[in-house]
Amino acid sequence: MSKMYHPSTPLPSRVREGHFGEAILPPAGVQPGPVYVYDAAIRLWHWVTFLAIIVLCVTGYFIASPPPSLGGEAHEHYLFGWIRFTHFAAGMILGVAFVLRLYRVLVGGKHARQIFWIPFWSLSWWKEIFEEVRWYLIIGKPKEYVGHNPLAHFAMFFMFVLPMLVLLFTGFALYSEGTGVHTVWYTWFGWVFRVLGDSMTVRTWHHAAMWVVILFSMVHMYMAIREDMTHRQTTISAMVSGWRFYR
Amino acid sequence: MGRQETFYELIRRQGISRRNFLKFCSLSAASLGLAPHFAGKIAHAMETKPRVPVLWLHGLECTCCTESFIRSAHPLAKDVILSMVSLDYDDTIMAAAGHQAEQAVADIMRDYKGQYILAVEGNPPLGNDGTFCIPGGRPFVEKLKEVAADAAAVIAWGSCASWGCVQAAKPNPTTAVPIHKVITDKPIIKVPGCPPIAEVMTGVITFYVTFGELPALDRQGRPLMFYGQRVHDKCYRRGHFDAGQFSEKFDDFGARAGYCLYKVGCRGPTTYNACSTTRWNEGVSFPIGSGHGCLGCSEPDFWDNGPFYDRLETFPQFGAEASADRIGAAAAAIVGVGIAAHAGLTALRQAKVKPNKPVAADERVV
Repeated sequence: MSKMYHPSTPLPSRVREGHFGEAILPPAGVQPGPVYVYDAAIRLWHWVTFLAIIVLCVTGYFIASPPPSLGGEAHEHYLFGWIRFTHFAAGMILGVAFVLRLYRVLVGGKHARQIFWIPFWSLSWWKEIFEEVRWYLIIGKPKEYVGHNPLAHFAMFFMFVLPMLVLLFTGFALYSEGTGVHTVWYTWFGWVFRVLGDSMTVRTWHHAAMWVVILFSMVHMYMAIREDMTHRQTTISAMVSGWRFYR
Repeated sequence: MGRQETFYELIRRQGISRRNFLKFCSLSAASLGLAPHFAGKIAHAMETKPRVPVLWLHGLECTCCTESFIRSAHPLAKDVILSMVSLDYDDTIMAAAGHQAEQAVADIMRDYKGQYILAVEGNPPLGNDGTFCIPGGRPFVEKLKEVAADAAAVIAWGSCASWGCVQAAKPNPTTAVPIHKVITDKPIIKVPGCPPIAEVMTGVITFYVTFGELPALDRQGRPLMFYGQRVHDKCYRRGHFDAGQFSEKFDDFGARAGYCLYKVGCRGPTTYNACSTTRWNEGVSFPIGSGHGCLGCSEPDFWDNGPFYDRLETFPQFGAEASADRIGAAAAAIVGVGIAAHAGLTALRQAKVKPNKPVAADERVV
């Protein structure tokens, strides 16, 4: 983890990590140095996923509620075909990015691993979440974490990673219906219909999981901005440059 | 019991020419999606194999499967399919009644143990010890289990036997269940639909008689040859779907122009059936061909699957029924308001704290 600190940061200025990634800041009067949190792979994944989700939500909306009907002859247009193609293409990109991200979970260190695993059986972790809830209710104190704070960690696991898995599996299952039951797509993802039910039920799951991700994204963006403004550490720029700075 | 007559002997005795017989074989091969040389195999099977005894039981049902079946429209099918198998018991259409009819079941079960096909139309209600359906003086569920025990294969005709259909719809007062809940130790071919297409029903039987084995089934037990594609995949209006040409209402220009019925709730994209290829009534038409969207009658939970003209299920547990999208949009609105309120409170707090300039840790007011 030598890359965690910038070479120009002297030893006393370094921010160390405590339990659950809590930031242990240097003593008063010492300006904390930046910490390298998100490597290039994670940042790239984050922004690719961000763009893909926007494209998928917009095209998905039009697939569920098509735009007003076009006139003329059918051979003159391919509007709905393009909407569906864009949705599928963005879904493929999202899926591939997610699989590569899982590889980073294995080899990318603890910050790459964090949101894919939760210390469910750790009582102290739940206490930290409670502390964080108090801060969000504006009755507690802000605490700094080098990675995600426990509440964000909780939300990212349950409201992003899990629904994202539901979206990807239901999405590819629905895609496999179009390619046909004799294709590899159906061999790989057709079991979803066995688990969840018929084609309509799988669509319902796809929609429901999307709304969970939308709700998560709303809160996620709000919280990122709010953390950036109320905390001593940077949040938004950390996902751009990878470095977390301290005021 | 003497040697069972073959199908070929039977139709020749009925005065059908060999030429017509071979035509039927070719037609059957084509409808099963088989290569041309299979027509010969089918002909051979029908010339040599004894007819397969079929016991056709009726549970809770509306008999629409039978109505469909007897209208099987390929030239010979109407007479032939009923003769090609030896339909020894079908209480709806058989001449015998009462004890005579029940005796036929007992005879077949004794003489053809492990060789006959059990075809089930309708389904067994389990409530009140099965007393909601009493054919021949005892609960249907008992008869079903008894006949199934020695069957070579079981065919579930229609959505009732396959999934439960209308009598199993919520709140299901008779506890009607699809037959696979009762028959758990036999291969079951599901031929869902309300009713299933006649040619699909006869096709499944033809396959079994010809090859002596069940056709390839999908994960849910439906024959792939007829249920391997969605109505949407082979719909003749699919071009309008891809173009983005939709009927917005049932009486608009799009409806008259034959545009895609997706926006008026067509369930073709979620329904596995052969309607758009085989069609109905000698290939005359099918619902979409008549300007009405598919209702998804061959899918599981038909009736409980939300409104007929909506393509998304509803969640009845939230009081008023609402789809995932309405619930999601409402939740997003609530969260949006919550975020705005929270941002306001945070701004008030920050105004007190005076942040946004570098401060030492101990100076910071919290």
